[in-house]
Amino acid sequence: MSSWNAFRAIVAKDMRTYYLKPPNISWGLIFPFAWMLMFYLRSRTPLDIRELLPGVVAMSILFGTTSMLAVTITFERRSRSFERLLLAPIELSLLMLAKTGGAILFGILNAFVPVVVAAFVVDLSGIVWPAVIGSIVLIAATSTFLGLFISVSVHEVFEAQTFSNFFRFPMLFLCGLFIPVSALPIFIRPLSFLLPLTYGVDILKGAINREGILPLWVSFPVLLLFATGLFLFSLRNIKRKWVL
Amino acid sequence: MAGTKESPISPGRAEGEAGRQEELLIAENLVKRFEGVTAVDGASFSVRRGEIFGFLGPNGAGKTTTINLLTGLARPTSGSMYLKGREYTAHPKRAQALMGIVPDESNLYDELDGFGNLTFCAALYGIEKAERQARAGELLEQFGLKQAGKRPFKAYSKGMKRKLTIAAGIIHRPKILFLDEPTTGIDVASARQIRSLIGELNRSGTTVFLTTHYIEEAERLCHRIAFIVGGRLVRIGSLEELMKEHQQETVLELAVDHAGDGLAEDLRRRFPGYAVHRGDERHLRLVSEGSIELLPLLEAVARAGREVSEARLIRPTLEEVFVRVTGIESALMRQEREGKKK
Repeated sequence: MSSWNAFRAIVAKDMRTYYLKPPNISWGLIFPFAWMLMFYLRSRTPLDIRELLPGVVAMSILFGTTSMLAVTITFERRSRSFERLLLAPIELSLLMLAKTGGAILFGILNAFVPVVVAAFVVDLSGIVWPAVIGSIVLIAATSTFLGLFISVSVHEVFEAQTFSNFFRFPMLFLCGLFIPVSALPIFIRPLSFLLPLTYGVDILKGAINREGILPLWVSFPVLLLFATGLFLFSLRNIKRKWVL
Repeated sequence: MAGTKESPISPGRAEGEAGRQEELLIAENLVKRFEGVTAVDGASFSVRRGEIFGFLGPNGAGKTTTINLLTGLARPTSGSMYLKGREYTAHPKRAQALMGIVPDESNLYDELDGFGNLTFCAALYGIEKAERQARAGELLEQFGLKQAGKRPFKAYSKGMKRKLTIAAGIIHRPKILFLDEPTTGIDVASARQIRSLIGELNRSGTTVFLTTHYIEEAERLCHRIAFIVGGRLVRIGSLEELMKEHQQETVLELAVDHAGDGLAEDLRRRFPGYAVHRGDERHLRLVSEGSIELLPLLEAVARAGREVSEARLIRPTLEEVFVRVTGIESALMRQEREGKKK
């Protein structure tokens, strides 16, 4: 019970002090909206918007979570306020779930911005919402844990930004967001399937446009495995690197 | 006890702690090595319930590393730690609920105000909302920060930041408070206030583990002091014990209305066991390898027609003891202190 008090306080503080700040809210709104608008202006029919939706949703989550978490944790480590958390009587796994919880929530909120915008423009009937929501949650968790992995690997805030981009930009092109994996050169395709976002986007494509190439019983467990693996690997590194 | 004069602590003694309530924290042969460098080298000591235990040493002596080990922020290469008789070396989370930790730099959240910082820290220790709000208000009042409670932490002065960081360290009423260099880098008035707050906290029952490289701070605040140099504890004891150990002779200074050569000579004749030195016109200094009996001395001075206005035992300062024990010049400590301030 007392650990949950701490958990709630950490999530609430991070949401208040980092994620729900006007610049982030505007970034969370403007970024997906700008992408939607850009593709809307280029598209000839309303159907194209619906085709683009999985990619824009996935990108909104990826950009809303990965670098935000990496930057906030690196910043707190630099200012030594992170030590305060490590010294609190909370198990490390719960502490890191709390630290990532705010970013995951922010990623989920970000994901619904393009969905809401699209609802005004195209007919969203026939979408398998449980699969969409499940995928959004898992993409948010995986992207956040990728941010955690990055924060454990760097020392400076600028390194966190740079390292985030090192992962994010290739993922835009390799994970089927806007270019289908099947359209990629055959020698690059195995790389796509090594990236968690590929599976999240595939679920979204299947749930929104019936265009998924992998069955849900493969994509969901693989995504869950990536999320768990990244989290546990980061925990191991935190114990090794931050508790000297 | 490796390298120290305090008696050794055997594992059995720590395990059988039930009967030894006065030892709140025990460290046994703590060793910490970082990539071939030994930062803490076999430190063994105990902190008694209700005392202020000081760790005194120059920069890089291993003070902060020791605190990091004791609080679970670093893992010892070897050795054991006990709090309230229970070993927590492998599971520091068990002990952290009973510890308050104030690092050498204020590490609260710039974006939160004073009140928000305190309630957040209370929540980290599982305190319920109503209680943490009441406690935060109480501490802001106690630390003279009530007016600044709604100001963001980043707008605080260094002294205010340090005070709020100490308040955050005791928000959950810890059994032991670790203070790492609490007055380093802040102005004289704030340092004085903080020393006074530490004294008050201790008087109200908080056990304090304090690291400092201010000799006078250790002398003023601590019940017992450990000298740490190069990761090794070289001496532990109360101020009295440390002084006594290095006081090979008794020195008494008398202030008299006129300390002429005649009086000094007279006293030498009457008290052949004492060496009598004349200071200035008004002061005589008597040195003895044993004790000095005051009454016969005062009578002798009175018989010589002089009047004693003051008699004072001259004791070595902690600084002198520190220099003798560690071989580190106090000037170096002062230099480091100034360097750290900058």
